[in-house]
Amino acid sequence: MENKVLEVENLRTSFISNKKTFNAVDGVSFHINEGETIGVVGESGCGKSVTSLSIMGLIKRPGEVNADKISFQDNNLLKLNKEKMRKIRGNRISMIFQEPMTSLNPVYRVGEQIAESIRIHEKVRSSKLKNRVIDLLEMVGIPRPKEVYRYYPHQLSGGMRQRVMIAIAMACNPDLLIADEPTTALDVTIQAQILELMKELQESRGMSMMLITHDLGVVSEVCDRVVVMYAGKIVETGKVENILNHPQHPYTKGLIASLPKKGQNNGRLNYIPGQVPSPLNWGKGCRFADRCTYVMDKCLEKIPPLLDVSSEQQSACWLCEEKGGSSFANERGKVDQATIARSE
Amino acid sequence: MLMKEEKLIKQPLLEVNNLKKHFPITKGIFSKEVGAVKAVDGLSFTINKGETLGIVGESGCGKSTAARMIIRLIESSEGSIRLEGQEISEINGKKLRAIRKDIQMVFQDPFASLNPRWTVRRTLLEPMKVYGIGKQRDREEKVYDLLNKVGLDESYAYRHPHEFSGGQRQRIGIARALVLNPKLIIADEPVSALDISVQSQVINLLQDLQEEYDLTYLFITHDLSVVEHIADRVAVMYLGKIVELADKEKLFNNPLHPYTEALISAAPEVETENKKERIILSGDVPSPANPPKGCPFHTRCPKAMDICKEETPKFKETFEGQYTACHLY
Repeated sequence: MENKVLEVENLRTSFISNKKTFNAVDGVSFHINEGETIGVVGESGCGKSVTSLSIMGLIKRPGEVNADKISFQDNNLLKLNKEKMRKIRGNRISMIFQEPMTSLNPVYRVGEQIAESIRIHEKVRSSKLKNRVIDLLEMVGIPRPKEVYRYYPHQLSGGMRQRVMIAIAMACNPDLLIADEPTTALDVTIQAQILELMKELQESRGMSMMLITHDLGVVSEVCDRVVVMYAGKIVETGKVENILNHPQHPYTKGLIASLPKKGQNNGRLNYIPGQVPSPLNWGKGCRFADRCTYVMDKCLEKIPPLLDVSSEQQSACWLCEEKGGSSFANERGKVDQATIARSE
Repeated sequence: MLMKEEKLIKQPLLEVNNLKKHFPITKGIFSKEVGAVKAVDGLSFTINKGETLGIVGESGCGKSTAARMIIRLIESSEGSIRLEGQEISEINGKKLRAIRKDIQMVFQDPFASLNPRWTVRRTLLEPMKVYGIGKQRDREEKVYDLLNKVGLDESYAYRHPHEFSGGQRQRIGIARALVLNPKLIIADEPVSALDISVQSQVINLLQDLQEEYDLTYLFITHDLSVVEHIADRVAVMYLGKIVELADKEKLFNNPLHPYTEALISAAPEVETENKKERIILSGDVPSPANPPKGCPFHTRCPKAMDICKEETPKFKETFEGQYTACHLY
């Protein structure tokens, strides 16, 4: 049985806009197993970044985080006071942000910024500290680490800065790394380097990773499981192969079909008509209903829950209730037969 | 399709020859020139009528600088730009104004490229006012016509940019570029600020408009999958130079230059089966202020030879219709 590092149940994060309260994240549940990488995908405004900030306890008032459960290893993150939360944040859960230029302090040397994150969480002698920082810089593939220790962020390129960010995140050997669009601001060849580095570090340390991205290509390269979000809700979740090859939710289908593909030259691209609804105008039904080609009466009435498509894939679509129920039964049947065969 | 190809061969619309832009680096109180950032360093290409030429490259390779020179937002340091045979890199005053009408641009950031205090209607009327085209009634008709063409409701004409989503704003930006019936449209990363589902809507729109108005596009992007979809020919830039230029099919199926090869293989793919072997380049793009001697790519090239460090490779036709600058060929 796999150990769950992080478990989130029914997360709701609300903000206030024009005196109206709305949930930017509205009832999100998922878990991350030990040593696993999950991807969270969705378009801008779907709540993927807010989800990660809520887990980290970084939502500021008047924003409010509610959940049935956010547990990290044995800690209930909802109940921790600020002091204890600070001990976990940056130490056992750390985070990498999208823009390496704005997340580093421009007036401190990069070496000192990495050292700071170690100093906050551990008592280390300063002579040892410097060596540890230089080792970290070397680990993330920065050439001439002793020299770079004394550099300011502006002396580094975008890719190098993101490596420094990774070094800061890895400084205390976290058990969970949350990376929010870590490669979006980078060029493709640099993106490939950084993704490779993150994969290596994750494998060598058995760390769990939550990768937030809008790029399905990145998900396919790095992740084991994926969570697809739309308008504050999870619409589909499952293993990467299943989601990318056999998407069940019309939104996931549309998203994958929208990508320009080889051999589809000069034809028209598929697209999803309409736009993402504003959180202030979410109706009572499925939030994808007004853009969905398969929309039924039921969709306008009631939000579909996550329904089992197979034992490894869930989809929040009423269509899956009708056809999915039977196919899930079939899957189950196969599993049962397999176990029977084995026991014999 | 055949007709389109015939047309392509016959009429060059834009010819760029040995275009250069060197930004001076100055020092001291007398601004003494101590060097130059060679943002664009010898660019040559042709765009034919009705064609889409894609320019791909990483940030800092000079693709946007090239576009800005063509549209005459910045002056070129050297080289010629000819639109329908007429040299436009030197002209000024009235002649330049007349030419400006023929080349229009769609910008990357739809949030920054529209005046937030103007209604859509005013944004679209402005170019016609500037050029004194038509009477007020004709102009307004044209505005509504264009709004329909780019898939926006006529009632949106009196709204301000903040009332629209990113995709809708980009549609307004496209409509603005079309107001003056330009011959060439330069689209600088027109879809990179948009979400995937909206991105495909805008790409489709650009293709529909191209067919309808027989437009010619210079399409600048860093996204290979987009350029593979929309372009007829593709130029790959690295450090201010074109390293490879070929028909889309040839370039993607049989890339010649090691940089093109690495770029194509580095792009993450959604395909989960038959994953290709990726080439991961080491290091960063060198600074254009101090480009390496010889081939600019040799510092990162997996196939670098001794000659690459010494001699800059010539840009030549390696196979029919496929140009590359590499010592391997």
